[in-house]
Amino acid sequence: MSRFKDLTKGFVKENPVLVTLLGMCPALAVTTMASNGIGMGLATTFVLVGSNLVISLLKKVIPDAVRLPCYIVIIAGFVTLIEFLLKGYVPALYDSLGIFLSLITVNCIILGRAEVFASKNKIIPSVLDGLGMGLGFTLALFLMGAVREIIGTGSIFGISIPFISQNPMSVFIMPAGGFFTLGVIIAVVNKLKKKKPPKEIGCAGCPNANSCSVKTEKGGKEC
Amino acid sequence: MLKLVIIMVSAVLVNNIVLSQFMGICSFLGVSKVIKNSLGMGIAVIFVMLCATAVTYPVYKYILVPYEIEYLRTVAFILLVAMFVQLVEIVLKKTMPPLYKALGVYLPLITTNCAVLGVTITNIDEEYTFIQSITNALGTGIGFTVAILLFSGVRSRIDAATGIPETFKGVPSTLIAASIVALSFMGFGGLFG
Repeated sequence: MSRFKDLTKGFVKENPVLVTLLGMCPALAVTTMASNGIGMGLATTFVLVGSNLVISLLKKVIPDAVRLPCYIVIIAGFVTLIEFLLKGYVPALYDSLGIFLSLITVNCIILGRAEVFASKNKIIPSVLDGLGMGLGFTLALFLMGAVREIIGTGSIFGISIPFISQNPMSVFIMPAGGFFTLGVIIAVVNKLKKKKPPKEIGCAGCPNANSCSVKTEKGGKEC
Repeated sequence: MLKLVIIMVSAVLVNNIVLSQFMGICSFLGVSKVIKNSLGMGIAVIFVMLCATAVTYPVYKYILVPYEIEYLRTVAFILLVAMFVQLVEIVLKKTMPPLYKALGVYLPLITTNCAVLGVTITNIDEEYTFIQSITNALGTGIGFTVAILLFSGVRSRIDAATGIPETFKGVPSTLIAASIVALSFMGFGGLFG
């Protein structure tokens, strides 16, 4: 039962983008099309599962003081792997994701899960956690991409939708529309959860929380 | 020379790293609450971007390319950036305590700021020369500072506003404000078009 929870908590309850507000850069940048969102989500899932697996295997070997550089090297290794795979098999997606494929390395979700979960848990829960968080990330990106593609271009997966396609609001596929869409989606998720929205971007999931020393006025830490 | 000016203007305004390329969003939203902190963060980012470019460019040109291991770029660059941030922190602490006091707190945050890795990779992808890369890094850093400073001004108004619906309070209203700031930066789109 708890294993099932490890997998499903990332889908909605702890959704990395919409609830814990991590990994916002790719969520805003590549979601001009629903298919790009899914591609980016799945690439990140691959890296997340791989790095969680390796880090939970090596958790006793990696010295505590240099763990962050070690994690970063493991993550960057998997990123290089997925870059090769996409370049070879899905060149169109490789081109449209561009630099954000390399930037998966510094996606806070991955380092965050390594620090918070994989370095403390056994292999199977870590892999399930990575898979769940990755799929939750994919879900959020698909949602963003679908909204922006439908309103911004009047089509979905390249198939045009009658009525909307005649007068698309192209501002939605521009940067400004990305911020707007994410803001509204987070507000809707808050409404559905019937909980007070997160007041600010917190430190809970931030991998730098321990070393971070920016103090806010309240004496807490801010990342 | 003209090329350098174009790179500079494009990096600061037209292709602003935060508002049109979506890099460094986490620190953009996280540190922009107080104007003073925003300025500190901005200056630290300019500093690290310049130094990171100065370190990664020769490594790519004289180590990775001659041995035909360009695919190790991501691994090499992130390690260099992480190592470099640590080094800067230690050196500043020993030699220039006042500067460390001003910038030190922001340095750990910058390692995982994708803007820094982003700018080093862009320099390689665009096939800039060393001087052009440095110009691009400086421009991008200034662009980040401009964006975060402007936005922290907007944000202080948003935080003081009353009558925002309960579900939109906090992050959603901040994101929508960022969207309007991004909209204003679209006006620079035609420059050197």
